[in-house]
Amino acid sequence: MTTAVNTRRKKGGPGRQRNAWLLHLVLLAFSVLFLFPLVWLVSTSLKRSDQAMQMPPVWIPHPLEWHNYKDAFMYHHDVLGYIPFLQYGENTVILAVLTVAGAVCSNALVAYAFARLRWKGRDAIFALTLATMMVPFPVTMVPIYALYKNLGWVGTFRPLWVGFWFGGAFNIFLLRQFFRTIPLELSEAAKIDGCSEFEIFRMVILPLAKPALSVVALFTFLGTWNDFLGPLIYLVNPKTFTLGLGLQAYQNQHGGTPWNLVMAATTIVVAPVIVLFFFAQKQFIQGIAVTGLKG
Amino acid sequence: MSNSKRETRTALLFVSPWIIGFLVFLAYPLSASIYYSFCNYSVLKAPVWVGMANYRNLVQDDVFRTTLVNTLIYALMSLPVGMAVAIGLAMMLNAKIKGQTIYRTIFYVPSLVPGVPLAVLWLWVFNGKQGIINAVLQPLLDHVASALSIVGFHGHLNAPQWLSDAAWAKPALVIMSAWGAGNAMLIYLAGLQDVPQPLYEAADLDGAGWWSKTWNVTLPMLSPVILFNGIMGIIGALQVFTIPYIMFPGGSPARSTYFYAMYLYDNAFVYLKMGYACAMGWIMFAITVILTVAAHKLSDRYVHYGGS
Repeated sequence: MTTAVNTRRKKGGPGRQRNAWLLHLVLLAFSVLFLFPLVWLVSTSLKRSDQAMQMPPVWIPHPLEWHNYKDAFMYHHDVLGYIPFLQYGENTVILAVLTVAGAVCSNALVAYAFARLRWKGRDAIFALTLATMMVPFPVTMVPIYALYKNLGWVGTFRPLWVGFWFGGAFNIFLLRQFFRTIPLELSEAAKIDGCSEFEIFRMVILPLAKPALSVVALFTFLGTWNDFLGPLIYLVNPKTFTLGLGLQAYQNQHGGTPWNLVMAATTIVVAPVIVLFFFAQKQFIQGIAVTGLKG
Repeated sequence: MSNSKRETRTALLFVSPWIIGFLVFLAYPLSASIYYSFCNYSVLKAPVWVGMANYRNLVQDDVFRTTLVNTLIYALMSLPVGMAVAIGLAMMLNAKIKGQTIYRTIFYVPSLVPGVPLAVLWLWVFNGKQGIINAVLQPLLDHVASALSIVGFHGHLNAPQWLSDAAWAKPALVIMSAWGAGNAMLIYLAGLQDVPQPLYEAADLDGAGWWSKTWNVTLPMLSPVILFNGIMGIIGALQVFTIPYIMFPGGSPARSTYFYAMYLYDNAFVYLKMGYACAMGWIMFAITVILTVAAHKLSDRYVHYGGS
């Protein structure tokens, strides 16, 4: 059957070729539409401020003002003040390390119990766990805020990472699905060798589950890097701001007038995500596949 | 101790982080939030029971209605556009065309841009005077206007003031969401690759053209994904916050971009009407649950699942 399809494809003929050209034309047009905001972003970030505003627009900056990036990081000016982007970056990375470590450790443990241990109430609790994915964040936002406020944690990083050490439905689901594909015989063999359940988890399952764990790590990192509402609610002192919150504050305070510097700062926040994508395409695709499956 | 008891104990140790997480970050906040929704609560003082007052006030609150309607309109605008772009791109890429990987990357990468930089970037792109969209659009419109002068049209065609005209603010957000359709595109592309080839061959034998194949084979086979994305889209629209919050402070212009989650946030953290915010949260939750249940009912009845 497949051969039949292939021969017909090969027989294509001139009509098919014309279609291919047409398709390329449409795809190219869409590519231009999808790329131009990003091109405009990088282009503006390398311009002199007067050139950034110039009409008709200049696409390729001349000269290339690489120092915009340095300026965006440490802009000393009487009016604009000092924007500690380096500090924001450090804060964001610290938070990301804490949330990624927490999510990987806690969700792996919990998913292991759901996937590979037999215990009373397991299936009921797992169903309940899946149901919690329906709860929108704004519903629980106020009581959780009140809780942290009573603990005196508002203004610290703690509200932004502590929760990650206690598991989350989506990651539990993702890891459970993966753990179930690992042959039970491996666990049984380890048990015969005298391994405890925790040793099986740590020495048999975890090393095999690296692909799934890296998906959890990646999406937790992205969640933290992209989060805005959390930092907006909990961070008060500008010194503790994350990159996202800092960029918003920067834009908000200065009305975006030095657009070249604002775009340089924006590029700095976007670039790591895109670079990460090129290094971890496989994990990205797996993560998307699971999100698509969730329903 | 029996074997199964020991296994249960070990298992409970493994799930204990989630049990604590569930109790502290879900069960407690959910019950506290439903209690607060019947209270006057400012977080600074203890909550005071007011019965149904918050819900009664919501029904009469014009701003609440505005934000709900805005959110619905935005969902109804952005969902079809986003779906059309995502499905259209996926179908073109599914044609086994040369350079597929490059095109796929180009369409996907914009969806990676995080909310805050996305909002800031598009503030610049949509800028009324120096924005790149209007810089390209205005000369085109000038040409059109001068061409129209032949038929007696004497006037100017002005490019939209995307950020300050209440009629264009929502369309601006729709354009931005379509730009981020790459993620959905990948999900549809995976769905398309699962469509069994024999279905197309049978359609070919029946002499079906491209349009008929799309309508009678491709879209029905994609319907579970379409339904899932549609429902998730409406639920997602209820939570849209970051981008309009940054681009349109206070839901400007003329509250046209004041969305549900923004009003909820303002009630909680600007006006410190936490009880009111919780009531809004529960209405959001109710809508979410109703939509999810409806999706399951609908999918049982209308959606075509391959193989079953």
